[in-house]
Amino acid sequence: MNKFGFSTHASRVIDYETIDTKLISYIVENEPSFASCISCGSCTATCSAANLTYFNIRRLNVQIRLGEFEEIQQEIDKCMLCGKCMLVCPRGINTRNVIMLIKRGLTTLEIKK
Amino acid sequence: MIDVIIIGGGIAGLETACTLHTQGIESLILEKEKEIGGKLTQWDSLFPSNRNAKELVETYKDEIQKHTITVYVNTKVIAIKKQNDGTFEIFTSREIVFKAKTIVIASGYSIFNAERKEEYGYAIYPNVITSADLEHMFATKKELKAPSGRTLERVAFIHCVGSRDEKVGNHYCSRLCCVTGVKQAIKIRQMLPETHVFNFYMDLRMYGLGFEEMYREAQEKHGVQFIRGRVSEIAQTNEGRLQLKAEDTLAARPVRMQVDMVVLLVGMEAPECNSILGKSCNIQYNAAQFIVPQDIHYSSGITSAEGVFVSGTSIAPLSVFDTINHARSTALAVSNFLMPIQNE
Ligand SMILES: Cc1cc2nc3c(=O)[nH]c(=O)nc-3n(C[C@H](O)[C@H](O)[C@H](O)COP(=O)(O)OP(=O)(O)OC[C@H]3O[C@@H](n4cnc5c(N)ncnc54)[C@H](O)[C@@H]3O)c2cc1C
Ligand code: SF4
Ligand code: SF4
Ligand code: SF4
Repeated sequence: MNKFGFSTHASRVIDYETIDTKLISYIVENEPSFASCISCGSCTATCSAANLTYFNIRRLNVQIRLGEFEEIQQEIDKCMLCGKCMLVCPRGINTRNVIMLIKRGLTTLEIKK
Repeated sequence: MIDVIIIGGGIAGLETACTLHTQGIESLILEKEKEIGGKLTQWDSLFPSNRNAKELVETYKDEIQKHTITVYVNTKVIAIKKQNDGTFEIFTSREIVFKAKTIVIASGYSIFNAERKEEYGYAIYPNVITSADLEHMFATKKELKAPSGRTLERVAFIHCVGSRDEKVGNHYCSRLCCVTGVKQAIKIRQMLPETHVFNFYMDLRMYGLGFEEMYREAQEKHGVQFIRGRVSEIAQTNEGRLQLKAEDTLAARPVRMQVDMVVLLVGMEAPECNSILGKSCNIQYNAAQFIVPQDIHYSSGITSAEGVFVSGTSIAPLSVFDTINHARSTALAVSNFLMPIQNE
């Protein structure tokens, strides 16, 4: 049989039926202010890690909501816990605590990575 | 000859009449419906304070009665004619012709007909409703369910339906639908704590007193999720759920979501009568048919036609707070205008 070399891509569509919400629930429970993020990006603007690498704390919020744990895992250690992001957040979110909770959540919660 | 005839007995018309009364000026209100109060008679509770809308309407009804202000209900104004002496004749659905020295247009707004956005399936799928329908459900139903009877696991609100949309010819922002969406999302979470609520928005416009606080409360206290992206279409699944498509623009990925009910945050349009009255009396109105005040900062209650004033949402979408303030300032403009006539 001839092989035409057709293949398909994995879907990029976000499917809310399959999203794992364990990590977001865990973070919001322990740091309720996190729910008030408005994706303004000033945390990322001030972050040294973001200026030098692909690390983006603003995007982490979205990735946590969508359960993209693999990417979070790859990126999270680039944070130096300096706390500059906390100083600029207009919603007063304790972003450093959020990072700590992500780290703890990734090791203690049963989530598929 | 009546000093002032007010067209429309919504809160704008009622407040203008009450303020005029305290200034010693009597007015007559013409209302096309069978009762006064306008849209507020259909709403449940009002942002930003959660006060009962009916209670506010009752307060106005009491004031109108106390001041013995005359109201003609079931009286639809169809034309105004300016006389050579500067006074007006007002033609209505009744046979008599009313005569007045001045006119206040307080004919309010109409709600965008959601059937025009066919891709959202209003009046096609039973569980697609509008914010006005939901307000009515809050006011009349004890238990909240989708119209088909489904329990609500997930509800989606769609912002900007009929506003900021070239496709329906409305370029402007209706200003109140964002905060209405927040108000109603909170209410659903309070009534049904297990239900997940998502708001799909393009921009969130929390311009008014207390609005931003409500938004933050919706996020932090009530767990409402805000997704930045405009829904492109809605379809019903075989199981009777609604599947919607959007982009989560902050994640830069398309989203598909199934929900049990969709609430369309419909915009506010100018009523048809604005252009009819405008033409019959040479009053300036804009492309969206809202009446254009003479000076938007300094004299927002005065129209381009001498002796014709405007009060409330006839000029633009306004909240109750803004409507009442505008109605009061219009009353002052009317009394300033009439004062020299009365002193003659
Ligand atoms: C879904 C929804 C929820 C809302 N919730 C809130 C809220 O919680 N808080 C808040 O502050 N605002 C809210 N609003 C806005 C609020 O409805 C308006 O601020 C208010 O109704 C404006 O009052 P009005 O008198 O200008 O207009 P209307 O309420 O529209 O009154 C106009 C009156 O004029 C009459 N009329 C029209 N044409 C004629 C004619 N030719 N002859 C005679 N009479 C005529 C009409 O019958 C009506 O009675 C909401 C709006 C929507 C769409
Ligand atoms: S604490 Fe981490 S995320 Fe925040 S500014 Fe420092 S390096 Fe960036
Ligand atoms: S600064 Fe605060 S509100 Fe802005 S994106 Fe970062 S966490 Fe969110
Ligand atoms: S108030 Fe919000 S929902 Fe309404 S038109 Fe403006 S941006 Fe859209």
